[in-house]
Amino acid sequence: MGEIKPGYIRTLDIKRGRVDMSHGSGGRAMAQLIEELFAAALGNEFLAQGDDGALLPPANGRLVMATDSHVVSPLFFPGGDIGCLSVHGTINDVAVMGAKPLYLSASFILEEGFPLIDLKRIVDSMAQASIEAGVPIVTGDTKVVEQGKGDGVFITTTGVGVAREGIRLSGSLARPGDKILLSGTIGDHGMAILSKREGLAFEAPIVSDTAALHGLIAAMLDSGAAIRTLRDPTRGGVATTLNEIAKQSHVGMMLREAAIPVNQPVEAACEFLGLDPLYVANEGKLIAICAPDDADKLLAAMHEHPLGQQAAIVGEVLEDAHGFVQMTTRMGGRRIVDWLTGEQLPRIC
Amino acid sequence: MCLAIPARVEEMTGADTAIVNLGGVRKEISLALVEDVAVGDYVIVHVGYALQKLDPEEAERTLLMFAEMGDLDELRTELQDSAL
Amino acid sequence: MKYIDEFRDGELAKNISANIANEARDGQQYNLMEFCGGHTHAISRYGLSDLLPPQVTMIHGPGCPVCVLPIGRVDHAIKLALEHDVILCTYGDCLRVPASEGLSLLKAKARGADVRMVYSTSDAIKLAQANPEKQVVFFAIGFETTTPPTAVAIQQAQRLGLKNFSVICNHVLTPAAMHAILANEGGARLHGFVGPAHVSTVIGSRPYEVFANDYKKPVVIAGFEPLDVMQAILMLVRQVNDGRAEVENEFTRAVTREGNLKAQALVDEIFELRDEFEWRGLGTIPYSALKLKAAYAEFDAELRFGLKYQSVPDNKACECGAILRGEKRPQQCKIFGTVCTPENPVGACMVSSEGACAAHYTYGRFKDIAVMAA
Repeated sequence: MGEIKPGYIRTLDIKRGRVDMSHGSGGRAMAQLIEELFAAALGNEFLAQGDDGALLPPANGRLVMATDSHVVSPLFFPGGDIGCLSVHGTINDVAVMGAKPLYLSASFILEEGFPLIDLKRIVDSMAQASIEAGVPIVTGDTKVVEQGKGDGVFITTTGVGVAREGIRLSGSLARPGDKILLSGTIGDHGMAILSKREGLAFEAPIVSDTAALHGLIAAMLDSGAAIRTLRDPTRGGVATTLNEIAKQSHVGMMLREAAIPVNQPVEAACEFLGLDPLYVANEGKLIAICAPDDADKLLAAMHEHPLGQQAAIVGEVLEDAHGFVQMTTRMGGRRIVDWLTGEQLPRIC
Repeated sequence: MCLAIPARVEEMTGADTAIVNLGGVRKEISLALVEDVAVGDYVIVHVGYALQKLDPEEAERTLLMFAEMGDLDELRTELQDSAL
Repeated sequence: MKYIDEFRDGELAKNISANIANEARDGQQYNLMEFCGGHTHAISRYGLSDLLPPQVTMIHGPGCPVCVLPIGRVDHAIKLALEHDVILCTYGDCLRVPASEGLSLLKAKARGADVRMVYSTSDAIKLAQANPEKQVVFFAIGFETTTPPTAVAIQQAQRLGLKNFSVICNHVLTPAAMHAILANEGGARLHGFVGPAHVSTVIGSRPYEVFANDYKKPVVIAGFEPLDVMQAILMLVRQVNDGRAEVENEFTRAVTREGNLKAQALVDEIFELRDEFEWRGLGTIPYSALKLKAAYAEFDAELRFGLKYQSVPDNKACECGAILRGEKRPQQCKIFGTVCTPENPVGACMVSSEGACAAHYTYGRFKDIAVMAA
């Protein structure tokens, strides 16, 4: 009897291939997709274990876990894509808890017909983001849904980290007198997305600010400033996040419009569409609330870091049973910065 | 009730269309409702249409008006009255 | 941003504010109506009432086309979208307006209706060209600023020979509404109007002369930026002090007495006056709205789809009528801020972000309650 020749398996046709139902069925096609596309890009010692779950070393401290689903459209936008967005988003959710992000998982729901070349682009982007951040993707999952039941691809990432000893950060800890800081310009991500939306297309030098903030946060915690709260203002913008914190802490806030950093093209794009940058999503910024005496020290530490160079003190926390977030406008009058009502839509009036 | 913005005409793209620029944001809009618009002009844009050309001299005059000190005549009269 | 930033200068605001405070006479009340919703929004968004002396009261007018759009007209659009399988194009402002049966255009979309938000009427034309097998209907709303763009689209549709494009026309007229305000007791108590910015770029300052000459009410047309509004208020205070009733123009950089004649001519070509039109909160006003002329009947969606208007009354507790006429303030409505909020708008004034109630709720309701600073 002769040797059993190894069967010939055609490699994935990345250039012209598309996701089909067999890729989600658990069989050979799915294994091939995982090996040739996912593992090849994301490859690390944990994924290489090849088991249903990743066996991780013991953690020395309290665990923090966070999860986020990503359904952004368009999938590719100026400054990023759904891939790096999903990595940054979950790293940030863990990091704002005052924890060092250690591991990520990634689940994909793929729509039948989704081009493999786009999938590769997304996965490569995730790999790059993960490597740059130093946080490996250690386990994952893939499912395929019928054409029409997805938006190309949905990604869910979950992150695990270890909390710093002695640090407790929470939206419930803001106190009257505390200072409110922003790490940089607002509205970049949301307007970058909008600029590519059909029907609203405009040309603008606006780039999403999607970024992993754990390095900046580590620098901020290292500064020794007494930080009460850290949060990243994603959907709903800075206004929504501040209102959430005000509610959690049962306090009010007073912001200074003139102190809030906004890039001019973002401001201009908002003018065109009748939007308020305070309600536009950010993906690489954070809000910090800290003790008043430490605000300058914290600001200096943020300025030292590449992601905090335009950081600014934008307001303070007040005693207010009603939890209003107020703002002194650049005209000198006062107004509330209220919760967002539904989705902010471009208007003609 | 009508959101409109002043933008600079940057490039003519057709008989009736142009690209305008506001703070670095460029968008193609229609010139069907205005006449004699040239590159460099500023127009008021509403829902993708230029509605009117902006008059730079009048804009300057208006800004100067904002900076005017109040009704000096009344003050002068008061001072005169009190001096009598 | 040129022609925007300079008109938002905080230092100049202080100067104008000081002028107003100096010149507003003790014991004299100045009840000024800013007609335009955009001005209402600017006043609220920048907190301009903090810069005015107590004698000056800003009363919010009905110049908000979404607010004054009757529920029955929104029902038309929803019906077309759900029952006639059209591509319904609308500006973003209309998407969340609650209509009959708990529906809105956004909710209709969730039920499978093809509702598309557009930035411009030209986008609706493009949709009609790209989808020849479908009917594309544009839901047109707005005062005189927004009417010319609809006219251009209809003209374009005719030139292109489009058989699948039509318009539901809800365009309304500013002077007609101002007459309606002045015919009521709220109007009698007004000392003057801040006239709309962009409506005036189209219609000019001339149409307001009747209010100065016949009703003896000063009108100052103001630009869109906060400094424009402040300066216009100062000019109105001066008119009241001097006993004058004139039409003055603060927005000279974009408004002339004649307005945009090319736009006016195009509107006259395509549209004609409706005998009457129901305005939410203001009731039925004669010669206050437009419809397509017979020559353009093929683009009239009401004719093409046989839409019959059914008036839907507002909630009994809703005080929008009185608020739109300037007779009551949002806080005086029993359901303001409780049952009726921007999330669940019951009446016209809460439906759009520049309606008097929405603006007050979103930007100013903290003034109704005392707040202590740390």
